[in-house]
Amino acid sequence: MKVAVVTFPGSNCDYDLYKAVQQVGGDPTFVWHRERGLEGYDAVMLPGGFSYGDYLRGGAIARLSPVMEDVVAYARSGRPVLGVCNGFQILCEAGLLPGALVRNDSLKFRSFPVRLRVERTDTLFTEGYEEGQILRIPIAHGEGNYEADEATLRRLEDEGRIVFRYVDASGEATDEANPNGSWHNIAGIVNEDGNVLGMMPHPERAVEELLGSTDGLALFQAMARALSPATP
Amino acid sequence: MSSTIHLEVRIKPRPGLLNPEGKAIHQALRSLGWEEVADVRVGKAIYMELEAADANEAVEAAEAMCRKMLANPVTEDFEVAVVEATEGATP
Repeated sequence: MKVAVVTFPGSNCDYDLYKAVQQVGGDPTFVWHRERGLEGYDAVMLPGGFSYGDYLRGGAIARLSPVMEDVVAYARSGRPVLGVCNGFQILCEAGLLPGALVRNDSLKFRSFPVRLRVERTDTLFTEGYEEGQILRIPIAHGEGNYEADEATLRRLEDEGRIVFRYVDASGEATDEANPNGSWHNIAGIVNEDGNVLGMMPHPERAVEELLGSTDGLALFQAMARALSPATP
Repeated sequence: MSSTIHLEVRIKPRPGLLNPEGKAIHQALRSLGWEEVADVRVGKAIYMELEAADANEAVEAAEAMCRKMLANPVTEDFEVAVVEATEGATP
């Protein structure tokens, strides 16, 4: 699996993604935001961080980078794109995912492990999980509060496009378990075709026991299984 | 002949959407005794100067900037006003 990890000025989880891809036997390459051309990659990943200092809005300036034109074309051709944290914000700003991520309702930067419930296992990213499985994965964001207009939100629910939700220990999507005020405890969504996933929690920070959890590993493993050439 | 036009671009939070900053300020104002405050929402203002043939052209350009980048159509509305040079200008 050849993966382009796109880096913007201010990205800071690019090495984490790089490492996670390597850990599942993938072949990552950093692609600077001014570079062009994503042909030849099996997947594209947009890392977390604070691209352009989050000025204006998280992801608002990054999405105008030269490489983003290629990311949009790549996603529209049905190939897999994963955006984590700031990467999720950039995907929303670029119009590849609906809605927007606004200021946490607490107004605080929230950085701790949360529980996620896996809502869909039929995507390229999540087929390594069980439906309803509860994952421990860290968040680290100030603007992760998912908002959209009523019609969009209803569509996301009706079409089952919410992939991860914040839940409590018993798996309930309660207000207490919601770290940022996201509508219906949304932590991650896919586009209509299911090939673009945006999520606020950081699966790449949960790939080794040393990091406190390995629950993010199955996401990268699932991608590697789907995207690596079959061994003869 | 083009001239320098000064603009104030107001980025306004969409009504009905949660505005956490506004809510926090609202609570703070009430705790300071301004209990008559019914609602607070926070947006932002961007001050710019640009060369344009006339004010209309300048406003149209700024509106295009809002659609392309300055405002997020999901959460924000915008309004562009021509202002005096001194308003909001850096000293």
